Amino acid sequence: MARYLLLRLLDLVPTVFLVLTLVFIAMRILPGDPALAALGANADGGQLEAFRERMGLNDPLWLQYVHFLWDAVRLDFGNSLMSNIPISTLIANNLPHTVYLTIVSVALGLFIGIPLGLYAATQRNKLPDNALRIYSLIGYSVPDFYLGAILLIVFSLNLGWFPINGAGEGFWDGLHHIFLPALSLALLKSAFLGRLTRTSLLEVLGRDYVRTARAKGAREGRVIFRHGLRNAMLPLSTGIGISILATLSGAVAIELVFNRPGIGRLLISAIQERDYPVIQAGVMMFATFVVLVNLLMDIVYIFIDPRIRMKS
Amino acid sequence: MTDASTAEASAELVAEREALAPEPGFREAFAQVILERPSTRIAFVVVVLFILIAVFAPLLAPHDPLRQSILQINRQPSWDHWLGTDQFGRDVLSRLIHGSQNSLIFGLLSPVFAAFFGTLLGVTAGYMGGIVDRVISRVIDMLMAFPELLLAILIAAALGGSFWNIVVVLTVAFTPGFARVARASTMAVKQEPYVEAAVAAGVSTPRIIFRHIVPNIAAPIVVLMALWSASSIRIEATLSFLGIGTQPPNPSWGNIIRDGLSNMFATQWPIAAGGLAITIVVLAISIIGDSVRDFLDPETNQ
Repeated sequence: MARYLLLRLLDLVPTVFLVLTLVFIAMRILPGDPALAALGANADGGQLEAFRERMGLNDPLWLQYVHFLWDAVRLDFGNSLMSNIPISTLIANNLPHTVYLTIVSVALGLFIGIPLGLYAATQRNKLPDNALRIYSLIGYSVPDFYLGAILLIVFSLNLGWFPINGAGEGFWDGLHHIFLPALSLALLKSAFLGRLTRTSLLEVLGRDYVRTARAKGAREGRVIFRHGLRNAMLPLSTGIGISILATLSGAVAIELVFNRPGIGRLLISAIQERDYPVIQAGVMMFATFVVLVNLLMDIVYIFIDPRIRMKS
Repeated sequence: MTDASTAEASAELVAEREALAPEPGFREAFAQVILERPSTRIAFVVVVLFILIAVFAPLLAPHDPLRQSILQINRQPSWDHWLGTDQFGRDVLSRLIHGSQNSLIFGLLSPVFAAFFGTLLGVTAGYMGGIVDRVISRVIDMLMAFPELLLAILIAAALGGSFWNIVVVLTVAFTPGFARVARASTMAVKQEPYVEAAVAAGVSTPRIIFRHIVPNIAAPIVVLMALWSASSIRIEATLSFLGIGTQPPNPSWGNIIRDGLSNMFATQWPIAAGGLAITIVVLAISIIGDSVRDFLDPETNQ
């Protein structure tokens, strides 16, 4: 177990390295002058030169790369070009909102999706099952930011039940503010999770041990939960991992719709202001997120399925 | 026990029957995939309709999608402007019609490019094996860890939005998926007797790859292309909504919603219409994609 985890952690090193290298290539080697981008077309030659010197853009590429890696490892991203605020402060102010939104959305998605999937699986090929099929198709097709905008217009703008923007102060106010953004992400995820629950459960319910349980006279509820759902947990947890990452990327647009603080909005406004140290940091935050969620899912697998532990 | 062995036997039977069955021609396959289910038939008509709208946009649009008019801002729907006008006085319906060009072109272009590069990478890895395979697979795995949308946002963040940048962004986002499928299929096809025979007969490697491997792994790649044109349209819409896709004033369904959101107190028609257009097209393509998948692989959808 410890050995497996250690190997898995070591495995992260090349991944993180690759991600950092891709970010570096994207930011530095591809066309576009960061100095021109940051200062705008009106900057004169002297200003551009001073900027390049200050940001280390005149160094040879390999030296820039080494500096870049070293700064990234120390989580030192420098200051925002726009506000001159340390980027670590910007991240500390925004990151919790994105994490909170992601957690609430996924929890809500599971809360809606799993019961739907369970119910559809027990009513296979009947009306509820077909309804779930249609729900999941629509859930795949509706863009989350569109759903968010509709919820915003209906419940905040017209009915006035929820605030229009911001994240709120304190727990209850925060919950009031996060409900619609989280719901827009959760409804669509619940379509995916519901369908996945149904498929995984039906697959398990066809197995011999489920028939044995039924033959022994186990109650249907016990068959579904003890024998069915428990064994459907492995494919389901993969789906939850995918959902967390999908929610995270969906959160970028949702933060914009509801005008909530968060890493997504930070990144998007940095792109518009060409604030490239912030873009770099934002990209790295998201990449780190992905790597961490994948690691977390691997650890969850070990707990759900002891066979994986045995193999390593 | 008996159950398992019956299942095995029936699987063998299925395999045998599939091996004996003649390859269905394009026309039969099309008839079976598109015409069998009413929902797929409707979806097919919808997609064709949208393609026609995109092609004939300049003829269909009642107004110039870019022409602003300060006298006409934020109009509600009327005979002259079926979906009203936006904050710049531009006709929303015309923008929607012209926007379909952007959305559909990305939907078709990027999956084709991604299929090309993905197949190239996947076949190379699968056929060569060894260190080449290990390196390519490793990179694919890492990129696959990222959701396509997030990958697209991150690359677009670095590159900025212009037509070809968006094509590049979406292509990079979709390539790993194609590569993984192409690699797995290649490894399976490589074991086939006809490939071994070709190797034994001294046929050159490129010829084996293009004549014997690629045609035999084409089916799953085509399915992926169908499925990903839906994702491609959705992701382009999201990027444009975020302001890093199609750049204003050019209309795309995503940036129509973006403009609509900043003007939602005045008129809500652009948001409603833009989102509906995305939803309908993505839904229609997904329904067709599902049918194609069921046709090629009837076992998975039980």
